[in-house]
Amino acid sequence: MNAAVIVFPGSNCDRDAVCALRDHTAKSVHRVWHRDTDLPKVDLVLLPGGFSYGDYLRSGAIAARSPIMAAVQAHAKRGGLVVGICNGFQILTETHLLPGALMRNAGLKFLCKSTPLRIENADTPFTSAYDDHGETAIPIAHHDGNYFADEDTLDRLEGQGQIVFRYVNNPNGSSRDIAGITNKAGNVLGMMPHPERAVDPLTGETGGLAFFKSLAGAMA
Amino acid sequence: MKAIVHIRPRSGVLDPQGQAVAGALKHMGFDEVLSARQGKIIELELGDDDEQAVRQRVQKMCEHLLANTVIEDFSISIEP
Amino acid sequence: MSMQKDPASFEQAQALGLNEDEWGVILKRLGRTPNQTELGIFSVMWSEHCSYKSSRRHLRKLPTTGACVICGPGENAGVIDIGDGLACIFKMESHNHPSYIEPYQGAATGVGGIMRDVFTMGARPVALLNALRFGSPDHPKTRALVSGVVAGIGGYGNCVGVPTVSGETNFHAGYDGNILVNAMCVGIAEQDSIFYSAAKGAGNPVLYVGAKTGRDGIHGATMASAEFDDETEAKRPTVQVGDPFTEKRLIEACLELMQTNCIVAIQDMGAAGLTSSSIEMADKGGVGIDLDLDKVPQRETHMTPVEMMLSESQERMLIVLRPGKESEAQEIFERWELDVALIGKTTETGHMVLHHKGETVCDIPIAPLGDDAPNYDRPWVAPPTLPVINAGEIAPGDPAKALLSMVQSPDMASKRWIWEQYDRHVMADTLKASGGASDAAVVRVHDTNKALAMSSDCTPRYVLADPYEGGKQAVAECWRNLIASGASPMAVTDCLNFGNPERPDIMGQFVRAIDGMAEACRALDFPVVSGNVSLYNETAGTAIPPTPVIGGVGLIDDAATAMGFGGAVAGDTLILLGETTGWLGASLYLRDIEGREEGAPPPIDLEQERRTGMLVRTLIHGGQVHAVHDLSDGGLACAATDMALASRCGVHLMASDTLSDAAWFFGEDQGRYLIAVKKGAVDALLDQAQQAGVGAKVVGTMKGLDVVLGDAMPLALDLLSQKHENWLPAYMEDA
Repeated sequence: MNAAVIVFPGSNCDRDAVCALRDHTAKSVHRVWHRDTDLPKVDLVLLPGGFSYGDYLRSGAIAARSPIMAAVQAHAKRGGLVVGICNGFQILTETHLLPGALMRNAGLKFLCKSTPLRIENADTPFTSAYDDHGETAIPIAHHDGNYFADEDTLDRLEGQGQIVFRYVNNPNGSSRDIAGITNKAGNVLGMMPHPERAVDPLTGETGGLAFFKSLAGAMA
Repeated sequence: MKAIVHIRPRSGVLDPQGQAVAGALKHMGFDEVLSARQGKIIELELGDDDEQAVRQRVQKMCEHLLANTVIEDFSISIEP
Repeated sequence: MSMQKDPASFEQAQALGLNEDEWGVILKRLGRTPNQTELGIFSVMWSEHCSYKSSRRHLRKLPTTGACVICGPGENAGVIDIGDGLACIFKMESHNHPSYIEPYQGAATGVGGIMRDVFTMGARPVALLNALRFGSPDHPKTRALVSGVVAGIGGYGNCVGVPTVSGETNFHAGYDGNILVNAMCVGIAEQDSIFYSAAKGAGNPVLYVGAKTGRDGIHGATMASAEFDDETEAKRPTVQVGDPFTEKRLIEACLELMQTNCIVAIQDMGAAGLTSSSIEMADKGGVGIDLDLDKVPQRETHMTPVEMMLSESQERMLIVLRPGKESEAQEIFERWELDVALIGKTTETGHMVLHHKGETVCDIPIAPLGDDAPNYDRPWVAPPTLPVINAGEIAPGDPAKALLSMVQSPDMASKRWIWEQYDRHVMADTLKASGGASDAAVVRVHDTNKALAMSSDCTPRYVLADPYEGGKQAVAECWRNLIASGASPMAVTDCLNFGNPERPDIMGQFVRAIDGMAEACRALDFPVVSGNVSLYNETAGTAIPPTPVIGGVGLIDDAATAMGFGGAVAGDTLILLGETTGWLGASLYLRDIEGREEGAPPPIDLEQERRTGMLVRTLIHGGQVHAVHDLSDGGLACAATDMALASRCGVHLMASDTLSDAAWFFGEDQGRYLIAVKKGAVDALLDQAQQAGVGAKVVGTMKGLDVVLGDAMPLALDLLSQKHENWLPAYMEDA
């Protein structure tokens, strides 16, 4: 039915996410201010990319303590869909809705490039329109995308099918080439690549279309 | 009262910034450098004089915001 | 009167860059000696940076009007009509001196400043470009400067969330002591919601918004108006620190405020901060202004009036509101967690009056600050005319060897290492950016089928060899790049980087370059709507090569027709449009292969330029071409190699019957394009070119996986690509 995109001070991919949801899931999309304490009635909450609070302290750390995040956590606990893209992924790890942390890229530089990805699990609400174990390409644009978790956690993620996207050519040093993971229940996804930037043939990137097609199906 | 929080990468966590610092120092001829770890310092001015209470509160601040204990350790020193 | 406390002396005025005549005008206008605060205000307002005192009379020669122009130079940025009730607002600006001293912050604040110029007028910034010139790669400072500047540009633009879509980066020993960091911002606004700086009407409240004021960058404007010397390093504390997070909130809050009916006038606090923003608004509005400095949000304690007035703390705006709108405006800024304060009002006095701790610390008439601003006719000498180099006297050489060397030369090597650090796709409207195989960046106008094409260009070695032809060439190349991307060129902004204007030879470069630019802009119907002048780019008497950078914007009516040079396919025929004489004077080939920086640069026939461009545009709109690339540095061979690499298909170029390999493959005759067309379309296209009065010649074919120049040894695409890509990362990582 509906989706909400949370806007933090410093979010800068909120409009892109709203447009991609609007154009490719045919759902109505609310923008929700981070100071709000309640979510409208929605199936999906999306935490967009950007530099919430300037990435000061740690990427996503301050946004994770915003008033709206309690409602987001409650939504997740009820089984509602949550997607965090880039800075949104960082916020989800900071709120512990997802395990691990996103550290500075191994090369230490901000990196903006199209990255080939392997779909490791197409049996999720976020990836059902992709070919299982197929490949796609979605651009990344981040400074802190180097996924870290201890070995036990990584083993568990692997064992439980929680690794959804892996980089084909690891651009940032992420443990086990991880580009995107879900929580154990499978309703919360965090990913560093930006599917909302890959939905228009004129931009030369279309690897995100199947992502939004999957979401449209899951919200139907 | 002043609290100084030192935050550093947990041992075992890759620290690419520290590695880059160590590499640069070696290139500059500081051959004795074996490794470097890069962290941060946060200085807090606090309107409370009870050292015990301050330490407890700052401990909470670290756990809840200032450090991410998945990847970081912290230590607190209190100055009058 | 308290204003007469702390009277200033002529020696102090001199130390701030004012001369004896200027000091005399101040005394006469005030009828008394200025105090320290007043002197500070005069010194920054009459600095080269703020008053354009050496350049003003020459800038007037540039054409600034045209069918598309809504607002030309004089406001924060230029405004053009892009149809459907929308306007494009854009400008380029230099941040050269600060970037040399502290590359990260200097470049970052340059990006921040140019974005404020654009959103101040009501536009949402949609694209950033930059033009960078560094010293020789061998200079010990170059690597750190590249690294810092690139990180600063990325650090700021990425965080604010405006894509950095294009740039140019050159290296030359002429910039060893003075790098150039020029940043351009392009924004889009509704035509009925454009904001100007004239604060008409007395009694209106003055609102301060954004970051707190500290002692950052005091006398930055004066510093940008003087040569570097050994003491420059000691001036380090004047560099400002940027906060892109505050900038992002300022953009959102200001654009939100602009949707209300609260604003009379708005200005960002750029060079000379509170001084120039308040004086400009009052001057243009024909009013006076009273400010209570105790109300200015301050980051440091014990700031003096002159420190507050000259502070260049970043991310601050000054807004004149309609009366009664104070709380509505304040509420918006408070929601975005920005400092906001009412600090004064406009008056009928025509004076700028400042209050501080219960005293009046400044009372000066505003009009004379503008009217009496120095306007010099600096003496200049015509630049010498260099001999035309006869291509016949240059050894023919092995073109394959030359090409392999040129693709990995510092100027021609891939700049991927740089642009991968820039977010080029945020806002999701970037259709072609750096690395996108297009001569211009292309950004869609959000939620429409239209797109803007944009490019920044200058070939300093041409301008140095002949400022007049070089000035023409910078404009023509920019126009050509827009044409090659499928756009109709509309208007330009400029960023004129030169040495010390008090030297007649440098002033001669400046004057003649503007003459050339003016002629090209007129001939190509490409008016100048905004710009910036950066003089005194010299160290210990050595000036930079004259570098007038042109930033152009064009319109593409149907975004799907945007053209690039990556679409050629095997079997395509390559046609060269334009006239080729084999011009090697001032060419990259002569410099990099022969080691000679000599000769007159290629001349430009603007009539021919226009005809050829119009033909190319017709061909693109007619869907007759697969790929288009303009010929510039490195001539035909380098353009064909770009096309081959981007299209992942080899290319075979024929040698010339009449010209040497060097002249044919690497000559830099102007006004030329290489196009790839289906084999079957060649004859009709050649006819069409003939009818249009444009030279056209079949020069090669797309095929295989090698680049082949005449009879020379084939060069594998993989090898060319590897050499092309490797130079910069290898250079940067060789710490």
